[in-house]
Amino acid sequence: MESVLGRYRNLTILVGVLFLQVLGLAVQVKRSADAENTRLIRIWAVDAITPFERALVWAQNGGSNLWRNYFFLRGVRAENRQLKQQIEQMRLEQVRLSEDAEQAHRLQQLLAFKEQVIARTVPAQVIGSSGSDLSRSIYIDKGSNEGIATDMAVITAGGIVGKVLRVYPSTSLVLMINDQTSGVGAMLEKSRLQGVLRGTPDGEVILERVMSDEKVEPGDTVLSSGGDQIFPKGLPVGTVIKVSPGREMFLNIQVKPATDLSRLEEVLVVTEKQEHNAVVDSGVRVRAADILAQRLPSVPDKPVENGAAAATSAPGNNRVAAPAQTANPAAKPQTPAATSAKPGAVQRVATPTTAKVPSAQLPAAAVSDGAGSTGTSPHGVDDGGKPTASQAPKKTAPHVASGEAALSSGSPNGPGLKVATKPASDRPKPALARPSPQPFATEDGPH
Amino acid sequence: MPITYTSGEQIEVYRFSFPVTVGVPLLALFLQAFLPRRFPFFSIFDLPLLVTIFFAMARRNPISGLFTGAAIGLAQDMLGAYPIGIYGIAKTVVGYGASSLGAKLDVENAGARLLVTLGFYLVHAAVYFTVARGMVNMTLNWSWSRGILAGLANAVLGVGLYFVLDKFKQRT
Repeated sequence: MESVLGRYRNLTILVGVLFLQVLGLAVQVKRSADAENTRLIRIWAVDAITPFERALVWAQNGGSNLWRNYFFLRGVRAENRQLKQQIEQMRLEQVRLSEDAEQAHRLQQLLAFKEQVIARTVPAQVIGSSGSDLSRSIYIDKGSNEGIATDMAVITAGGIVGKVLRVYPSTSLVLMINDQTSGVGAMLEKSRLQGVLRGTPDGEVILERVMSDEKVEPGDTVLSSGGDQIFPKGLPVGTVIKVSPGREMFLNIQVKPATDLSRLEEVLVVTEKQEHNAVVDSGVRVRAADILAQRLPSVPDKPVENGAAAATSAPGNNRVAAPAQTANPAAKPQTPAATSAKPGAVQRVATPTTAKVPSAQLPAAAVSDGAGSTGTSPHGVDDGGKPTASQAPKKTAPHVASGEAALSSGSPNGPGLKVATKPASDRPKPALARPSPQPFATEDGPH
Repeated sequence: MPITYTSGEQIEVYRFSFPVTVGVPLLALFLQAFLPRRFPFFSIFDLPLLVTIFFAMARRNPISGLFTGAAIGLAQDMLGAYPIGIYGIAKTVVGYGASSLGAKLDVENAGARLLVTLGFYLVHAAVYFTVARGMVNMTLNWSWSRGILAGLANAVLGVGLYFVLDKFKQRT
């Protein structure tokens, strides 16, 4: 026996070493529910490598910041101007979206929907990768010390990135959505078809489990479905770039991730999600149209004695006072009649809203304050119990808010509506009383 | 590209200083973890594998080769997202094979090194996928086009890297 072992010493040792590793693997696979059994040796390896990565990232960022902030300022002024314009556009878009969100909240409340929102995020910097072409994962510079835990969603402003797979004191390993072992619940925005998002050996992303008889087209947007209990519903995932028949009865849908996963630098870790029934805020709010109205030129608001005799814009002013356009929500609203243009004012086209549900069919909760409102339009209800213009005693409320009309056209100057605009710098810019539906509250400042 | 059979007396066995033995694999692991974030195309390379093949072929000792491969592979596993041991097993086999081959063949010239590296890259991938799918039940898929391309890229990089690492060789 000894002679055999001596003769095949090398082979024996090879088999022994392989056996030990196979044994170790088997133990890990058996206890795969949590990776605690290999935690210590992983910490050693990570602690040995990540300090150098941090140092290099820090030096690289310092160098690039020096270059960007001091030496490479050419064209900054033009870029600044362009960005300001972009901000104006986005503000308008934000107003429109918040109005839509408001409507969605009301509808969700009607149906007693549970909604899940991102309550808190922690920004983190990408400092390294797993170092393998076969696994797509990254290291970030935040760990359990900063409140990171496993299975937290990792996102960017563009879309989802992956989930936290392992957490160390000051570092975390994030499994990206293009890893072959990852799986994300996803759905197509238009058709609401649901599937599972997976990575391929080439690092691409495909949407699986969509039946081949469904109609999916390149360009369709893919969102998170929330079915995986990790990513909140509705986050951007990517865009369909190719659709082909797949295995069995399913389509093979190739998706271009919304975020460039190969060039990640900063990410946000969703450390807190909140799930609650959709609730329409009961506090004093400013309607989206009112916010827009404040941004547009108008005469100062006057206190109104009677609600029916609401103030209108002064002659010469080319904007008719929109209903409840005052910054003060307590100001008395105007009836549609009050919006008729004075000489010099531009005549607006009052279009009825498409919602024609009689108020009797709506539960009281749908109309946040009731107050005898017919509530046919989601815009027609103002908090504070004061009827707005659209709350006139009609079954279908006229949709007269100038801001809404302009915004619904996707342009500051909507069709059939002339709005004089002042330079952006002249406009008052009140803070939105109600932020966008999913603000990312961050614990740290940006890097 | 001659791959010549060499008698045991003709084989030159090399050794390396301790800093090189420890530092080069660590540097390879660090670069493998760091560079793909800055240069995404770099993820196609497997520096730890190249270092394993180099040390194994230079030392020409199967036991030394398999332990080198096991150590580097396990360290790579520790940094990755998958269970520890998949790379360890694959690189153990490669280390053993490369050192056994180095003991029998003269693999000092560029052509031989290119072929050997390509071959061991594919062996490494085969063992990795076998273990990952067979033992760990991971849903990994093999892409031939990508595998061959990555093998060639690693072989080309390996030839250059080996010439750099040759500077650290010490004759026994």
